[in-house]
Amino acid sequence: MNYKAFMAMLARDVRVARRNIVALLFQTFLQPLMFVFIFGRVMVGSGYMPPSYKSLLLPGIMALSMVGTGIWAVAMPLIGEFQFTREIEDRLLAPMDISWVAIEKVVAGTLQALAAGLMVIPFAWLLLRPGVDLSLHRPILFAIVALLVAVFSACGGLALGCSVEQTHIGLMFSLVVAPMIFFGCTYYPWSALDKFPVMQKIVLVNPLVYASEGLRATLVPQFPHLSLLAVFVALFGFNALFLTVGLRQFHKKAVS
Amino acid sequence: MAAGIRTNELRKVYNTAPPLAAGGGGFAFAEKRSKGKQPKPEIVALNGISLDIRPGEIFCLLGPNGAGKSTTVGVLTTRVRPTAGQAWIGEHDVWKEQSAVKRLIGVVAQRPNLDFSLTAREILAFHGAYFGLGSQERNNRAASLLERFKLTDRADQIVRGFSGGMMQRLSIARAMMHDPQVLFLDEPSAGLDPQTRLLLWEIIREYNRSGKTVLLTTHNMEEADALCQRLAIVDHGRIIALGTPTELKASVPGGYLLRLRFGQHSPDLLQRFQALSGVREVRATENNGADLYADRGGSLVSEVANLALAANIELCDVHISEPSLENLFLHHTGRSLRE
Repeated sequence: MNYKAFMAMLARDVRVARRNIVALLFQTFLQPLMFVFIFGRVMVGSGYMPPSYKSLLLPGIMALSMVGTGIWAVAMPLIGEFQFTREIEDRLLAPMDISWVAIEKVVAGTLQALAAGLMVIPFAWLLLRPGVDLSLHRPILFAIVALLVAVFSACGGLALGCSVEQTHIGLMFSLVVAPMIFFGCTYYPWSALDKFPVMQKIVLVNPLVYASEGLRATLVPQFPHLSLLAVFVALFGFNALFLTVGLRQFHKKAVS
Repeated sequence: MAAGIRTNELRKVYNTAPPLAAGGGGFAFAEKRSKGKQPKPEIVALNGISLDIRPGEIFCLLGPNGAGKSTTVGVLTTRVRPTAGQAWIGEHDVWKEQSAVKRLIGVVAQRPNLDFSLTAREILAFHGAYFGLGSQERNNRAASLLERFKLTDRADQIVRGFSGGMMQRLSIARAMMHDPQVLFLDEPSAGLDPQTRLLLWEIIREYNRSGKTVLLTTHNMEEADALCQRLAIVDHGRIIALGTPTELKASVPGGYLLRLRFGQHSPDLLQRFQALSGVREVRATENNGADLYADRGGSLVSEVANLALAANIELCDVHISEPSLENLFLHHTGRSLRE
């Protein structure tokens, strides 16, 4: 690995992100915060939802923001840069193995997802308070879960971004991302599916379930949640899978 | 230390449609699922290319579109994986020591593939950073290249709004940014106005004078003739002729070419042309035409016209070409480069 080239590419991504910071902030936070406002504030305030729903919702929103940001931050530029203009070509010609170009994208996406996750907590807390009952008793476990979720989102972005053509972006969102969000236990805990046993089993193939449940387990442990061991094993497995698939697809796209 | 380029029997067969400029920039074609037992169509882009380009040489690959020029450049620059054969830059095997090879080469693709999220200056500076240049050095080098390529006044603008010619100039500046030993230019003057083309030629010659190897592809014979020390003519993925421009031009029988067209086909008349003094070869072509390779040009026309008149065959069209690479290409392939 060529450390200098790798860091230069990371610096390039930071430069581009800084240039688009306003659009990036809207893109990352507007939708989750509107959701927090309607479900956490309006629905709870009007009595349709119990007050405890506020605390239940927050980890799910955090998972959603992180996963959305990571996937978007890696997949969209890759889809664009591999298109007609081949913007990525210059980086593929840098003196290092081209796998590192893909890994740099994953690192940049992970950092963006972590930033999004950490920033959405205070925003959502401000919107929801009073009555949010977060407990950070196990900060290290929380940090590990957050990191695994961020890496998952970036690896997922790599796999998607290198498998989807530009003309199919809309399809990718309606076929992959939207079902993942709705069946991802973001707005409800996994235990809420007890009455739908078949669905409860099927959603376990959805990595977002482990992301939401893992954050729930470390931020609001008072609610029922999946065991942390299951969360770690699943997220680790998904990360390895998506990274492998993503790198393979990246090579296919990069070398003809 | 200057580095040369060698290839040994390079072959490349595409199973799907090859990218527009292989490795340089291309449409991503959606893969078509082959139904049932239908085999995938195979496109042979390179069919055994062996080259030995000396260090410090300006070498040109000349050929029509689709001849395999860009694929050859793609293989030599790590962007296209060959189906068979080997390639070396200097002492490094292109497919076994990719990072070492990438350090030695600078590449200008057929289509500008600039980073549209950055300004012109940033593109050069980040490129320098990918190659490990220090901050001071890359800023200085970027500034002098921007000046050299007359881009200073737009240096701090995002390149998305640049004209085609400006993008092309910036692509070339970027390829020179890390001072590579071997410079690849895939159709560098396509889309440039004549003035900028001359500037580019001057820059290429100057770069070469500092001992660097340059490989450029073109379908413009004037460019090949003006710039190259040696050239290879490529067609259908094969090298059909190789040498200095002068050697190659001299290899055409006679040098001059008269392209003729008659009202009707007459093998007998063509036979009589063969006997004219200075005519070296006569070939029948499509549409009652004939190509006469000869060591003189204009003075033959009246003799040809007289013979045609005597045979009562109308002479419809005459075109005289002086010794040129175009004639050479025609002689080898029976087709014009421009067809």
